[in-house]
Amino acid sequence: MTELSTIVAVQGVSKRFVMHQDKSLKERMVAFATSRKHRQDFWALRDIELEIPTGSTVGLVGHNGSGKSTLLKVIGGIIQPSSGTVRRRGRLAALLELGAGFHPDLTGRENVYLNAAILGLTKAETDRYFDAIVDFSGIESFIDTQVKFYSSGMYVRLAFAVSVHVDPDLLLVDEVLAVGDEPFQRKCLAKIAEFQREGRTIVFVSHSSDQIGQLCDRVVVLDHGSMVHDGSAADGIKVLRESFEAAHSPPPRVESPDGVLTSGARIDDVRVSCSSTDLSGDFLPGGDLRVEIDYTIGSVPAGWIAGIDIETPVGQGVYRINTDGLGMSLPARPGSYSLGIDLGGNALGAGSYQLHASLVTPEGRDLDRRQPAASFSVSTEPGSVGVVHFRASADLTVG
Amino acid sequence: MADPEATRRAERIAALPLAEIGRHKGLLEGTVDSVRDVWSRRELLGLLVRRELKARYKNSSLGLVWSLMRPLSQLLIYYFAVGEIIGLARAIPDFAIFVFVGLTAWTLFSEIVSNATTSIISNQGLVKKVYLPREIFPLASVGSSLFNFAVQFLILLVAVTALGRFPLTVDVLYAAAAFIMLVTFATALGVLLAGLTVYFRDLEHLVEVVLAVLFWASPIVYSYTFVREVIGGTLLEQIYLANPVTVAVLGFQRGLWIAGSEPGSGVTWPPDLALRMGVMFVASVAVLWIGQRIFSRLQGNFAQEL
Repeated sequence: MTELSTIVAVQGVSKRFVMHQDKSLKERMVAFATSRKHRQDFWALRDIELEIPTGSTVGLVGHNGSGKSTLLKVIGGIIQPSSGTVRRRGRLAALLELGAGFHPDLTGRENVYLNAAILGLTKAETDRYFDAIVDFSGIESFIDTQVKFYSSGMYVRLAFAVSVHVDPDLLLVDEVLAVGDEPFQRKCLAKIAEFQREGRTIVFVSHSSDQIGQLCDRVVVLDHGSMVHDGSAADGIKVLRESFEAAHSPPPRVESPDGVLTSGARIDDVRVSCSSTDLSGDFLPGGDLRVEIDYTIGSVPAGWIAGIDIETPVGQGVYRINTDGLGMSLPARPGSYSLGIDLGGNALGAGSYQLHASLVTPEGRDLDRRQPAASFSVSTEPGSVGVVHFRASADLTVG
Repeated sequence: MADPEATRRAERIAALPLAEIGRHKGLLEGTVDSVRDVWSRRELLGLLVRRELKARYKNSSLGLVWSLMRPLSQLLIYYFAVGEIIGLARAIPDFAIFVFVGLTAWTLFSEIVSNATTSIISNQGLVKKVYLPREIFPLASVGSSLFNFAVQFLILLVAVTALGRFPLTVDVLYAAAAFIMLVTFATALGVLLAGLTVYFRDLEHLVEVVLAVLFWASPIVYSYTFVREVIGGTLLEQIYLANPVTVAVLGFQRGLWIAGSEPGSGVTWPPDLALRMGVMFVASVAVLWIGQRIFSRLQGNFAQEL
C-alpha cells in the first residue's frame, strides 16, 4: 500500500491571546495611555508542529487550559494563528459543540436542514440523508416540534445525528462525546469506530483516558501550549498521568539521614505472582494471584488505606481493590510491613497488565504511589480476546 | 486499512491539493476569495435569512402582519401629528404617500444597518464553533431586511394604486437606482460595523443613537423644498445633500411620489439628482470593498473576542 498522504499539516503554529479586561470604548480611551502595561500576553499555543496522515485517529490531551481546544479550533480555521500555517485538504466537520446554530424556535426538521447547511451539506444532500438522520437520532415523533421543547438529550441526539451524516474526511471532536446517556454514548463510539473503518481522519479532545486508549492510534499531549509528547496512545497516557501527578503536591515524607522514615510512607517493593504459570512465566487462567507490598511507614494518619490497580498498557482500568474494600484496617504504628493481597481464580484475559500500588490517607491524599509497580502477562488458549477470561466451550444440537 | 472505501477515500484525498487555510491578505485576490467563499455557501445564506424571518414571528399568532404594523403605525403618527396637526400636509401634496415612500426607504436603511451591526454578536454561538465565511451573518441581516422591505413596498404599491397615483412615468427609474444605491451603501456600513462592534461593543448603542438623529437629517417627514428655502445655495445644503440616505430618499420620492413631479406642485428637487446617485453608488461600492477588507482582517480574531 502506498504511503498515506497528509491531511493536516500544522507548521510552527503559535497563538497569542492578548488579555485585556477593558472592553468598552470608554475604558479603552481611559486605559489608552497605560494599556501597554495592562495588557498581558498569553501564549495558548507555541510552535506546534503536527502532521496528521489520512485515516489516523489522533487524541489531543492535556490539562485544562493546555491549548487542546485552541489547537482544534486552529485546525478548523475558526481561530487564526498568530504565526505559522495550517494546511489542510478534504471535507471538514467540526463537532466543537453539538447543535451550534440550532435555533430554539424552529422545528427539528428546520434545524436539521439549517445545521446540515452550516456543516456544509447542500439541500439535495440533506434530503437524501434526512431519513437516516432522523432514524439515527431516534426522535421521529418529535421532528416537527420546536426544539426548545426538546429534552437536552433529544437535542444532543439530533445534533449528533446531523453531524455524523455530513460525510467528513476530517472530523474534529471536542469533548462532545461526554454528553448523552450511556446507550447514546455507545452509539457515538460505535459511529466513531465505523468512521475509522471508513478511513476518515479523526482528531479529538478528550479527558477520558479510557476513550483515548480505545480509539486513538496516536496521542499528542499538550502542556501550557507546547507539545510535550507525540506518539503512541499508551505512552501519551503515561505522559499525561505523570504530569497530572507532578501537579499533585508531593507526598510528605521525611527521612532521617540513615534512611529511617519518621513521617509519611514508602512502598519498598511490590511483587506479583501466580500459582500457575507457563514455561515463560506468563500467568495462566484459574491460577491464584498474590500481590505482596512491602512498605515502611513513619507517622501516618490512622485509617490509611493501601490499594492496587490493574490496568492494560493503554491505561484502561481492569480491576481495583483496596484494604478498605477488603474490610481490613492497617496499623498506623511506624515500622516495616508486608501486605499480601490474594486474588483467587485468575479471570484475566490474554495480554499484558500493569499493577499500580498506592498508599493513601483516609481522605484520598497520596502517601506514596508506584505506577507501575509491577507488570505481568497472562496467556490463555488462543482464540479468545478480551480483558476477562471464561472457560469457553460451544455445542450444537440439531433440531 | 483493508476496507475498500477507506482506500478510495485515501486516494481521493491524496489527489486534493493541501491548501493553506485562512484568508489571503491581498486587496484584490482577498476580495475574490471572500466572494467565492460566500457564493459557495449561498444556500446557507438563504436558510439563515429564512431562519431570522421564521424565528421572529414563530410564536406570534399574527406572524408576518407584525412586520407591517410598525411602518403603518409610524405612517399614522406622522400623518396625523406632522401632517394634520403641525400642518405640513397643506404644503406637501399627497402627504400620506410622501411620508410612506420616505419611511419605506428609511426603514430599509436603518434595518440593514442596525441588524447587521449586531449580526456577529447575536450569532456568536456559530462564529465560535463553526467555520463559515463570516460575511454571511451581516448578509443574512441584509436579506431579512430586504424581505421586510418587499412586504412594505407591496403595501405602498397597493396604496398608490388604490389612490390612483400609480407612478407610470420614466421617473420610476430614479426609485430603482436609489434602491440599488441605498442597499449597497447600507450593506457597506453594515459589514464594517458588524466587524467593528465585536471589538467595540459601544458601537451597538452608538449606531442606535446616530440612526435616530439621521432620521431627521433626511427629508422623510418634511420635504426638501423647505430645506431649500432655509439653506438653499449654501455650503450647508451641499453637506445636507452629501448624505447618501438623503439622496436615496429623494430618489425614491422622485420615482414613486408623482404629486411632487407634477407641474405646478411647487416642489423643488436638487439639481443633478441622477448624477449624485451615480457618484454615491460608486462611492458605496468602494466603501463596501474597503469595509469587506477591514472585516476580513478583523474576523480572524472574532472567535476569541466574543
